[in-house]
Amino acid sequence: MKSSVIVFPGSNCDRDIAVALEKMQFKNQMVWHKDTKLPKSDLIVIPGGFSYGDYLRSGAIAGKSLIIDEVIKAANSGCLVLGICNGFQILTETGLLKGTLLRNKNLKFINKDVQIKTLNNETKFTNKYKKDQILKINIAHNEGNFFTDTKHLDELKKENLIAFKYCDENGNENQEANPNGSLENIAGILNAKKNILGMMPHPERMVDDIISNEDGINLFSSLLN
Amino acid sequence: MKFSVTVTLKKDVLDPQGKVVENTLVNMGMNNLKSIRQGKHFEIEVDENDQKNAEKKVDEMCKKLLVNLIIEDYKINKIS
Repeated sequence: MKSSVIVFPGSNCDRDIAVALEKMQFKNQMVWHKDTKLPKSDLIVIPGGFSYGDYLRSGAIAGKSLIIDEVIKAANSGCLVLGICNGFQILTETGLLKGTLLRNKNLKFINKDVQIKTLNNETKFTNKYKKDQILKINIAHNEGNFFTDTKHLDELKKENLIAFKYCDENGNENQEANPNGSLENIAGILNAKKNILGMMPHPERMVDDIISNEDGINLFSSLLN
Repeated sequence: MKFSVTVTLKKDVLDPQGKVVENTLVNMGMNNLKSIRQGKHFEIEVDENDQKNAEKKVDEMCKKLLVNLIIEDYKINKIS
């Protein structure tokens, strides 16, 4: 499986995701944002970081970069696209995913391991997880507070497009387990065709028992499935 | 031609920064304060003599990049 990781000035999780992908036997290439051609890819990853220093809004400038036109074209023709953290913010700025990420409700940058629940395990990204499986995944963001309009929220629920929700250790999706104020504890969403996943938590940080845990591995092995 | 663009969060969107500023001012004794919404301000100079065309251009800039229409409102004013 071929993957491409898009690199912007200020991306800082690009190497981590590359290591995770290579560990899972993806043939990965790094693609600079000024490139106008995308290598043939089964999966495009938009990594975390602070593209363009979060100027204007998180992801706003990266969302208009040269390579993004190619990403949009590929996504519209069915290529799998994964946006993590700043990558999720960029995907909302491009319009590939609806909604937006507001500043964390408590106005603080949050870096900690949190529990998320797999709401939909019947997607290309999540099929190796069990339904409602609870994962411990790191979050590290200042703008992770998912927000959208009522119409889109209804669509997300009706079409089963919420991939992950923040929860406590027992799987309860309550306000105490909501780290950033996200609407209905939403941590990750899919587009209508389910070939694009945007999520604030960092699965690429959870692929090695020595430094964290391996709760993120199945996201990548799902893609290989 | 010069324009100012003011971008603010929509009425229904929580503005935690504005809230913190508001609370601080209240704590400082500014008792008549009703509410504060924090926003962004741009000053844009356009190389265009026709006001209508210039405004159209600025509006396009707002819609395409400066404003996230899901959560933000904007106002364009001509400065000079």
